Amino acid sequence: MKILGIEIVLEKCTGCGLCIKACPFAAIKVKDKKAEIEANCTLCGSCVDVCKFDAILIDRPKLSNKDLSEYKDVWIFVELKENEIKKVGFELASKAREIADTLGERVGAVILGEKAKHLCDEIAAYGVDIVYIVEIENLKEYNTSNYSGILTGIILKYKPNIVLFPATHIGRDLAPRVAATLEVGLTADCTGLSIKDGLLLQSRPAFGGNIMADIISPTTRPQMATTRPNVMKIKKPDNSRKADIVTIPVNIDPKAMRIVIKEIIKTTKSGAKSLDEADIIISGGRGIGSSENFKILEELAKTINGVVGASRAAVDAGWRPRSDQVGQSGKTVSPKLYIACGISGKIQHQVGMKSSDTIIAINTDPEAPIFDIADCGIVGDYTEVIPALNEELKKNLCKN
Amino acid sequence: MKFIVCIKQVPDTTEVKVDPKTHTLIREGVPSILNPYDQFAVEECVRIREEIGEGSISVITMGPPQARSALMRCLAHGADEAILISDKAFAGSDTWATAYTLSHAIKKIGSFDMVFCGQQAIDGDTAQVGPEIAQQLGIPQITYVEKVSLDKTHKLTIHKQTDGGDQILEAKLPILLALLPPSSFQPEHPPMSSILKAKRKPFNIWDANILGGDKSKFGLDGSFTQVIKTYTPPSRGECEMIEDDPKEAAKKLSKILCKNEALAKR
Repeated sequence: MKILGIEIVLEKCTGCGLCIKACPFAAIKVKDKKAEIEANCTLCGSCVDVCKFDAILIDRPKLSNKDLSEYKDVWIFVELKENEIKKVGFELASKAREIADTLGERVGAVILGEKAKHLCDEIAAYGVDIVYIVEIENLKEYNTSNYSGILTGIILKYKPNIVLFPATHIGRDLAPRVAATLEVGLTADCTGLSIKDGLLLQSRPAFGGNIMADIISPTTRPQMATTRPNVMKIKKPDNSRKADIVTIPVNIDPKAMRIVIKEIIKTTKSGAKSLDEADIIISGGRGIGSSENFKILEELAKTINGVVGASRAAVDAGWRPRSDQVGQSGKTVSPKLYIACGISGKIQHQVGMKSSDTIIAINTDPEAPIFDIADCGIVGDYTEVIPALNEELKKNLCKN
Repeated sequence: MKFIVCIKQVPDTTEVKVDPKTHTLIREGVPSILNPYDQFAVEECVRIREEIGEGSISVITMGPPQARSALMRCLAHGADEAILISDKAFAGSDTWATAYTLSHAIKKIGSFDMVFCGQQAIDGDTAQVGPEIAQQLGIPQITYVEKVSLDKTHKLTIHKQTDGGDQILEAKLPILLALLPPSSFQPEHPPMSSILKAKRKPFNIWDANILGGDKSKFGLDGSFTQVIKTYTPPSRGECEMIEDDPKEAAKKLSKILCKNEALAKR
């Protein structure tokens, strides 16, 4: 049988069967020592990546303007952490709902994981109409090749208009791989998404946050973007809302994996919020003085349910782990509230936290550049201000 | 072993300033530097080659003629050969078109075992070109790589950063790695003797004709994304300074914070 868009070069094919192991959709057979493509092939390209003999060619049909209108619905890739939906998933669902309403389209959510069914209602409450789920044991830990192959296949089959990813470690690894396979445009780290003249208008910071760019992908579908966590507002969930569930059967052969996870080292406690998911971050810099002194910030974090971050100087001094670092060589965060203690706030730090909603700075040096971007500042010693603030907040927050 | 390192020359974004009157970027006087992430990738590649005691390193970039200086720096840091892919046809490339051009150049170089990139460039911060090259070469990728070790039997072990910690991975060659320098990484200048040595190393310039490939996929024509507008982000406004003794200041700040959305909802 001949499938449009994929071809086996018979002279090159040795019938080795590597492609069978790599195909997530069980769409390849070997007959008379040659690979054969079956009708359920999605053109995802997983086979091309593993073939050692360049014996598989894929030529996905190019889109004409007429074809573009066949692409409908706004999709999100739902990232899981320990079988639960990461908060950014609800942000993306809320945003996708808003965009889909403007376009008069539906919201689709794709969940890949060991178990996914129990999450469908939860994500539906934020405005999702259809959940595409792929459940398989080997998908518990993210790996690029399986996730991208499966996602590419589902996208080619259902033809969404827009696909949004979280701009997390996983999203930023997965989205470019999928976009490159599909040969479509992708915009990284968006902080604004809207519809203009029927197209997805993607706004993102560049040049260390000094400039914003508005970007469109007019000629390719789906239009794809990664979206920075904590930026999009979460809508109030509607728990009565139900979504249609589409289960995608896939087949993963661990023997085809070229990258194997040997060990997982967690630096954040199980269940604890990571820095990029936190609403409130209390960061310390060189001015904190010691690893011991970070306890003062941790006390405040406990009271206001925040997460402790650090500047590069504090990480270099060995006071905090690398995973806590905010800034150019660390993480980019956008919490609702960022409290900088003993951080001078050089540009390298600013690029990692400038898009926070509210910035509070406490520093003994009135000339510290952090005050240039802060909304509110105190020139003073954090060892005096923070404990006093903690006591005040304990009193005031109890009252509410 | 054949190693390839993809690098980019970038404006030093830490030196970029915004004109307070026109709200546009002041680019004059902003130095062009080797992207620090890429310098780390070059240094790591050189270290690995020295450890296993074999192999050659080609360093490539797509850019204007002045990107030569970034490549020369890589040669001074220990790369063996440099290729500058430079042509007006490549102007305006988005990440996909850049990846198309670079992967085409890598295929032209011939067989390879490892491709190194920086995790991202400090001007665009997209982190997309590495994975897009890997896809176009049809090889696996690992991003956010903190440590690489390759033993003499070519067994590759990778220490990778994840959102919640680290993973240790074992991978087969060929592979593309996107490297994340440690926070303590300081891009050092190479010594003068190495700079002089670099001048005698092979340096090639490839234009669109030499490169070959599908010309409709280069530059602006090959780019699927279009930048339609750039502007400076709205300024944050003045900082409200609380001038009081620590206790009183804390009281005032507490009042402000209680009105903040993040705390008010509880």
